[in-house]
Amino acid sequence: MTVAAEGSPPLRMTRARRNALLQSEPVQGFALISPTFLYALILLVLPILVVIAHSFWTQHYLTIDRTFTLENYRIALTEPIYRDLLWRSLYISLTVSLFTVLLAYPIAYFISFHGGRHKSLWLFLITIPFWTSYLLRVMSWKVILGYNGVLNSGLMGLGIIDEPSTALLYNSSAVIITLTHAWAAFAILPIFVSLEKVDRTLVEAATDLGDGPLRSFLRVTLPLSAPGVISAALIVMIPTVGDYVTPKLVGGKDGVMIANAIQAQFGKAANWPLGAALSVTTMLIVSLIAGATVLIIRTLQRMAR
Amino acid sequence: MPEQPQIERPHADRIQSERPMIEIRNVTRSYGAFKALDDATLTIREGEFFSLLGPSGCGKTTLLRMIAGFDNPTSGSIAVGGQPMEGIPPNRRPTNMVFQSYAIFPHLNVEQNVAYGLKRLKLQGGEEKRRVEEALAQVSLTGLGKRLATELSGGQRQRVALARALVMRPKVLLLDEPLSALDKKLREQMQVELRRLQQAVGITFVLVTHDQYEALAMSDRIAVMFGGRIAQVASPKEIYQRPVDRQVADFLGGMNFVKAEIVEENGASLVVDTLGFGRIKTDKPKAFVRNGGGATLGIRPERLRVLWDNATAKFEVAGKVVERHYFGEITHLIVEIPGLEKPLSVTETNDFGADDIPVGTSIRLAYDPEALVAMAD
Repeated sequence: MTVAAEGSPPLRMTRARRNALLQSEPVQGFALISPTFLYALILLVLPILVVIAHSFWTQHYLTIDRTFTLENYRIALTEPIYRDLLWRSLYISLTVSLFTVLLAYPIAYFISFHGGRHKSLWLFLITIPFWTSYLLRVMSWKVILGYNGVLNSGLMGLGIIDEPSTALLYNSSAVIITLTHAWAAFAILPIFVSLEKVDRTLVEAATDLGDGPLRSFLRVTLPLSAPGVISAALIVMIPTVGDYVTPKLVGGKDGVMIANAIQAQFGKAANWPLGAALSVTTMLIVSLIAGATVLIIRTLQRMAR
Repeated sequence: MPEQPQIERPHADRIQSERPMIEIRNVTRSYGAFKALDDATLTIREGEFFSLLGPSGCGKTTLLRMIAGFDNPTSGSIAVGGQPMEGIPPNRRPTNMVFQSYAIFPHLNVEQNVAYGLKRLKLQGGEEKRRVEEALAQVSLTGLGKRLATELSGGQRQRVALARALVMRPKVLLLDEPLSALDKKLREQMQVELRRLQQAVGITFVLVTHDQYEALAMSDRIAVMFGGRIAQVASPKEIYQRPVDRQVADFLGGMNFVKAEIVEENGASLVVDTLGFGRIKTDKPKAFVRNGGGATLGIRPERLRVLWDNATAKFEVAGKVVERHYFGEITHLIVEIPGLEKPLSVTETNDFGADDIPVGTSIRLAYDPEALVAMAD
């Protein structure tokens, strides 16, 4: 009994301290995010770490030599084939982002400014193509652009061309067209959200101060919706650099992108370390471009003041 | 904001043109069956501080937006400076507006906001800069030109909105409830400043407000509006002292209503019998429509004075205090008068001890028969 009596005060103190710890805000915060955090850790961070580790190793037929080497990166950065593929991927993804944003902006503008009571209906209609699989949507472009496709038959029926054009499918333009369509909704939504946030009285104020519709758009609506345009461009650009299905299906020989090379290294070529090095290089370059874009925009905004 | 010790009297006489600046003729604005504005006719003079006063939904903002060009009349016409405004978009009208929310461009600083409308004019040789600085000085914002809109207080944002409109040198400045977002003290300060500014620049100001004191304190003339109709257009003093009907009287502060019997009616005057005040001769209001043999008289609570001790007055009425409400500098007394169906409300300043009159005391009230005004029901 005496031992218990002597022991109880410190015991109670630790319990109090533990309760205090459990009730502290940071701990509760971590507890709240832990399921998602663990999920992200296991499914995102760990695979990336595995890929990064592989990129410093060497493949010897069926075994992997785990001594540290930069040889894979030398190949990835200096071999003309990979350099060309990387450039082409960046070119395609930047072109796709540009076209997607250019096409998405008027749609988002229309819904936001002239959608009236039917805004949600319009947004709903835009998501309808996403009810089918990505693969089917790419395949449907094959049907449109193909040798005996809708476009060729249409043009021939109108007498514009005599024989089916082969310039439509199996090149980088076909990849750009298909990706621009595939990512449209992902650009429309962020632009729509940023346009919704533009206070309509500001447009009225610009008009009141003498601006016609075009001027008030260029001086008020467009600058204020710029955050949405930038996020739309990034949302489209980042995943399209690494797109693999579209170039595979509609790209042909001229539309091959870096992701197809990476897939080949992990597949037929069975050179995981080189595939890993190509992946990491692509990832870094995309991150740098995204980071640079954000930085440039911030600097421009600061300078504009 | 520099403190200025002496404030000019808001209604001090000054040279004012009789030339019309805004002519509103039979303007109606309907939304389906609902008429936001119903056959409004109104002339606003050049250099005038004019207020559109009324409760929310009375059509005052609709009228203002139609002058600015953001809305168009269903029928009727509006002319500004003698020029018909039909078909002219807001960006080509000689009017500028201070919006209720101020509508400061968040991506521009104070200077750029003020210079916004000038950019298009492509002014030469530092003229733009000079005008921006002049406008900023007019609203006491000198030195804050580089601040971002997000770094400004509510009062400062309001000043930027004012400067941005004034810098355009419009013929008419339209103000849509510009003070409603400010706290009471700042609002009262801005009322004085706005009035002073208007006198300094001499531009016609049209103010929309639901605050009767704001309208009374700042305006040369007021149009009181109810349910899409203009009920009365007159100077603040006339609106307050001689409201045309019960609705206008009620909207502009307290009013005691007394039922009366018409004894005699001729050209400009009425002779009526009342239960509490006896026989009264009063001016006949312009819009007076005889309603059988009855009429309504009104007297403002502050036009009834408590008679102390043995003081007498030519016209007095006796009653009993039934309620007393203390408001610091004034006291409201509710006084029951034999013969009147409703007790009178009396406002008395506290310098003679009105706040000490016990409930239940019998008192006498002095009044000036001129203060009893006849009005339409």
